[in-house]
Amino acid sequence: MSGLRRILGGPLDLPLERDGSGRFLPWIVALMVYIAALALAGMMALHGAAERWQAALAGTLTVELPPGDAARDDAVLAVLRATPGVRRADLLDKAATVKLLEPWLGAGLDPGDLDLPRLIDLRTDGGAGFDEAALATRLAAAAPEARLDDHHRWVDPLLRTALAAEILGASIVLLVGAAAVLSIVFATRTGLAIHQGAIEVLHLIGARDTYIARQFQWQALRLGLRGGLLGLAAGGLTLAGFAAAGRSPSLAGMAAGLPRLALTPLGWTALALLLPGAGLVALVTARVTVLRSLARMP
Amino acid sequence: MVRFDNVGMRYGAGREVLRDITMRLAPGGFYFLTGPSGAGKSSLLKLIYLAERPSRGLITLFGHDLATTPRRELPALRRKIGVVFQDFRLIPHLSALDNVALPLRVAGLRGERVRNNVAELLRWVGLADHLDARPATLSGGQQQRVAIARAVVSRPSLLLADEPTGNVDERGAERLLRLFVELNRQGTTIVIATHSESLIRRFPHTRLHLEGGELTTTMQLQAEYQ
Repeated sequence: MSGLRRILGGPLDLPLERDGSGRFLPWIVALMVYIAALALAGMMALHGAAERWQAALAGTLTVELPPGDAARDDAVLAVLRATPGVRRADLLDKAATVKLLEPWLGAGLDPGDLDLPRLIDLRTDGGAGFDEAALATRLAAAAPEARLDDHHRWVDPLLRTALAAEILGASIVLLVGAAAVLSIVFATRTGLAIHQGAIEVLHLIGARDTYIARQFQWQALRLGLRGGLLGLAAGGLTLAGFAAAGRSPSLAGMAAGLPRLALTPLGWTALALLLPGAGLVALVTARVTVLRSLARMP
Repeated sequence: MVRFDNVGMRYGAGREVLRDITMRLAPGGFYFLTGPSGAGKSSLLKLIYLAERPSRGLITLFGHDLATTPRRELPALRRKIGVVFQDFRLIPHLSALDNVALPLRVAGLRGERVRNNVAELLRWVGLADHLDARPATLSGGQQQRVAIARAVVSRPSLLLADEPTGNVDERGAERLLRLFVELNRQGTTIVIATHSESLIRRFPHTRLHLEGGELTTTMQLQAEYQ
């Protein structure tokens, strides 16, 4: 019966499963997929945080005025409200201004102790109807001492840092992929060396290179998927642990200010794609390696 | 069927092991390739079964000039050639049946009919009770019969055998040669490399004799008896 099963196209002509050349491949692929999963999750979390930061600040500006001139403040407010594209312009009272300083100066500050500037919270429609340069010109005409702050001064470095971290994450994924490819190439070449005699026989009785390559590629696919599944499961558990830690009141303080690692369904889908990705990389790498090696035969 | 014109061959940068070989093998012919050890018999066979390429000269196989035949077309040519290797070269982890079925598998044939044909062939060579035996469990003579069955299973146009009688006694060798003669009667061109003079005198053949990598004699000889 075993012979019949073989003839019907089941097992391989080459005993690749038993030769040991791919014994460690699933573990290597598992580690690679695990690292890639964490790097990808980090990238997606940072990207989400950067988008939230940008969205939160989109269409908001602050006008800062020296204190002590209520008539000028009203004039500036009138100019702002008359500017096309401006939805709202609200003068913050002293209490609200003091509240903004609480993180740095602490609570219980008496507004009378400091000569605080007056702040105007400006909301625009964020569309093409708003011209920030034109507003700056009009503001300078109404109150030359006014300062318009569009928040880019402190948001831009944050966004640049987030972008750098995303590029770093993508580089890690690429490096991990390259390391996985090298591991598969090494395992495949070992298999080719172990089975050189049998491969020569197959070649000489008329097997096409693709027939021989197919045996290696399906074996690599099996090992790649096995490793991918293991790495993805470990990665998923780690990320779920991070997400749970972020929700825990006792641990939330430690993670304050860090991007949340809780992934969206799209994020989980992207991570799940690492599994077929690992299988596909293993399959294609093994196939190319074998075909390149066989091309040297007559 | 096979044509060599001024063919030379060397392994790597070594000396030429074959020099200025010019010969024709006709369809349906029966050839003994003779010569002392190291004369180049195995190298000549390797050129015919496309395991090596010539370093110079022209080889035409089944009407294809090998110098201009694309590599992708060579497997189809190899499938027309059956080879009995000197060391059999059976695949150790496959059963006798699977080893013999291998040429059919690589040609894309599968199924119960293939198995039946292969089993029938193994019965013909006297291995009906060893279909599922691994090569390591078979004797030298049994392994040789598996190798012969593998070489003929796809009904090749050309059968090459490198020292096929080296592992069997004289009676076994004669029985083997009669098998080759039978295949030859059915239309297969046979080329047998051997240095057993006593054996080849008993069979009708054309003799190709190699000395020091050169083809020195090509003669048609009659059998002492048939």
